[in-house]
Amino acid sequence: MDNNNIIRVENVSKGYPDHPVLQNLSLTLKKGECFTLLGPSGCGKTVLLRLLAGFESADAGKIYIGDTLVNDPEARIAVPPENRGLGVVFQDYAVWPHMTVFENVAYPLKIANRPKDEINERVMRMIDIVGMNGLDKRLPSELSGGQQQRVALARALVADPALLLLDEPLSNLDANLREEMRFEIKELQKKLGVTVLYVTHDQEIGLAISDRVAIMDAAGAIQQIGTPWEIFEKPVNPFVFNFMGIANFIDVRKEGGAFLVGKGSQPIPWETPSGDATEWVAAFRPSDVRIARSGDGLHGVIRRANFLGAMMDYLIEIDGAHLRTSIETHHAIAQDLMFKAGDECSLTFLSLHWFDKESLKGVLEE
Amino acid sequence: MNTKSSFGVAQIILFLSIAILVVVVAFPVLLILFNAFWVEDHFNFSGAIEILKEPETFKALMNSLIIAGMSTIGSTIVGTFFAWLVTRTDMPHKRFMKSMFLVPFMLPSFIGAMAWKMLLSPNAGFINRFFMDHLGFDGPIFNLYSYYGISAVEVMYLFPFVFIQVCGALERMDPTLEESARISGAGLFTITRKITIPLVLPSILSGALLIMLYSMAHFGTVAVLGIENGIYNIPVLIYERIHQSGGSFESIRTGTVLATVLVISAACIIWAQRKILGSGHYQIIGGKSFRPMELKLRGLKYPLMFFCLAYIGFTIVLPTVVIFLVGGLSTYGLSFTPENLSLDNFKFILFEYDVTRDAIFNSVTLGLTAAIITMFAGVMISYVIVKMDVKGKGLLEFLGMLPFSVPGSVIALGVILAWSGQFGVNLYNTVWIILVAYIARYMAFSLKANSAALEQVHDSLVEASRACGATMWQSLKDIVLPLVKPGMFAAFFLIFLPSLRELTVSIMLYAPTTRTIGVAIYTLNEDGETVISCALAAIALIIIIVGQTVINHFTKKESE
Repeated sequence: MDNNNIIRVENVSKGYPDHPVLQNLSLTLKKGECFTLLGPSGCGKTVLLRLLAGFESADAGKIYIGDTLVNDPEARIAVPPENRGLGVVFQDYAVWPHMTVFENVAYPLKIANRPKDEINERVMRMIDIVGMNGLDKRLPSELSGGQQQRVALARALVADPALLLLDEPLSNLDANLREEMRFEIKELQKKLGVTVLYVTHDQEIGLAISDRVAIMDAAGAIQQIGTPWEIFEKPVNPFVFNFMGIANFIDVRKEGGAFLVGKGSQPIPWETPSGDATEWVAAFRPSDVRIARSGDGLHGVIRRANFLGAMMDYLIEIDGAHLRTSIETHHAIAQDLMFKAGDECSLTFLSLHWFDKESLKGVLEE
Repeated sequence: MNTKSSFGVAQIILFLSIAILVVVVAFPVLLILFNAFWVEDHFNFSGAIEILKEPETFKALMNSLIIAGMSTIGSTIVGTFFAWLVTRTDMPHKRFMKSMFLVPFMLPSFIGAMAWKMLLSPNAGFINRFFMDHLGFDGPIFNLYSYYGISAVEVMYLFPFVFIQVCGALERMDPTLEESARISGAGLFTITRKITIPLVLPSILSGALLIMLYSMAHFGTVAVLGIENGIYNIPVLIYERIHQSGGSFESIRTGTVLATVLVISAACIIWAQRKILGSGHYQIIGGKSFRPMELKLRGLKYPLMFFCLAYIGFTIVLPTVVIFLVGGLSTYGLSFTPENLSLDNFKFILFEYDVTRDAIFNSVTLGLTAAIITMFAGVMISYVIVKMDVKGKGLLEFLGMLPFSVPGSVIALGVILAWSGQFGVNLYNTVWIILVAYIARYMAFSLKANSAALEQVHDSLVEASRACGATMWQSLKDIVLPLVKPGMFAAFFLIFLPSLRELTVSIMLYAPTTRTIGVAIYTLNEDGETVISCALAAIALIIIIVGQTVINHFTKKESE
């Protein structure tokens, strides 16, 4: 076995009577990395986390944690969660309301029968690390959501687990706190050297804190695993591309050697794909569009202009194909780019991803 | 490494839970059905119908229906009206009145019936006498010993079932539903008719069905007030048959057939109630509390307030005062003057009279034991139903419904059949048979309180402790039990307090030395010992009110 892997999931399947959730899923996590499992709600990412934690048992396949086989339905092995030595943080915090902050954090050490002095010292250090100094005697009902989540983190980390599982831990917090907390989690991970598996549907968090990201589709299959940069810049398929942010998809047809946009006759002047298909889709992010009054590029018409404060948001039509883009308002004013509906414009794309139209079925419907 | 730790535990808990419910509830009920239809080794349905056609049984059946019907209609009107007054109008002192309207919940209705008997019995009742002696009336102004009289007394004690449900619905109803109707131009009358009433209708109906269920199987009021004019309902007839014949085959058979009627009607009522509550209508009423729209009563404000106060004074304060005053009289029939009133009766029943001393001791020990056993059994069974995912849970869920739908007199008859020696255990004429019956009767309360508490304990709290290294048992001990303690506490008092005044079950099961407080009050009253029974009733009321105050105090603290 490769000693560098802390989790090995092999061909795991899990389902409920009328719908399968995970089918033949395999995944490995390296020691010390921060790994994010990213997917739309209901895709089975939480189920996978629960299988790893031991709250549920797989229907088929094997799960290893470190060198230990913890779940193998064929061999009737299902190590209960208390014997897996993990830390888990839940979406709803799951801080025990009848215990103080100190008692909550001390619980794993108490269960492990550590001496009192040691418990005291380790708990206070952990409370300090998560920035809850002086609040150790409070009850959870006297804490804010963010503070409760810090308690949950401290509790999950106090026994020095090799692996920390986080199930959407920030989704109940407000936007500012979420941003703050995600960097704290990253800091903690670096400081303590713990391996983190982070489950979320929030792309931003996934990109911000992970060493590697796995993208799961709605059917519970992993579509791509890579560094955040790879996932964002080199999506292997339209699902990944679409999932990683607002995306524009415009229809392009191949006629002769030229690629023509929409129903019109403007050819794409940039990099074009090789392939035999006649129906194509060009994909790009709103931020990859440059807009001008006139000049080189494709000609389009502004269909809708929205003032969003700091940004101007435009809906543009190019010969029957629609796309959205936005530019900063001050920039638009400086450059004379405050368009009205009906204005003509010219567009340049900085980056295009090409997909065979066939492969997009089911992706664009969302 | 322990790999299958939770497997055995789950099975053991499930098995224990099923066993408790089968032994305590399902088995006695099955015996009733069996005895009703299985005669001389073969199934006999027409025989059961024959029994129902006998004039006496048929009359009991009709009386149960008539009294339950009248009480239900009356209580629904009274309960809905008061609920609307205290939640949706600007009547003064609403909070005080709301708590007063809930008082009848804790007052035993047969004690109320005794009080009303003294106030309104046709020839001797204080009120009737006053009108005849001083105001020149020729006859009594109201005959309490009638369907109207019995139903009216039941309404006084049963209307809180509707009141509390409708209050809850009206308080939790999203006011924007009504406000949007108002903006659409609807007048208040139209809003009430088209929006408010349809939205609270499920609550009204569900409360009404509870009253129906309670009243059909209710013993005390009918037994106290019906005897003079020969009005009896199903539970009274079952009691009389079994009591008079000392448990003969014929009487048991009649009893089981009548009990079957009760079980079937209870099942239908529970089914209808679930159907109503389960229908989508109810979803619009969320769990949140809102500040509801209040109707300005204007000129009616004070008249309605005085009406409420008069109702409270007349139906709650007056009967209670009468019980206490009569309990202090040296001889029944004397006037309430200081020289006729003393504490001697209370001293007598507490320290000298064996019957009442035994009764108090029996009730307190029975209540405590039943409450403790039922509390623990209930928390275990609720845990399986709410939290565990094991095979065979469906059976337990079905069994768990049973306690809710089996009336007291049916349970009493069932335990007589089950524990009188036919199956190797003879508890008849001992306190143990009453204990078994209490456990069966109050299991529903315990299940309700405990499952409500368990539903508050989110699964992730237990998963978190498992992930922290705690085993299933440790998690139960450290996390689940402390968190459901308030529910268990509530269950304990929900059982202990009512069991102190229990009559329907104990009256069928008591022996000379195993009277409970309820039985003692009832039998003393029947024997003409009016002042003694009133004194005992007064003591029961004091215990109940003190106990209730203690619970309210604690539950308020918990919720803060």
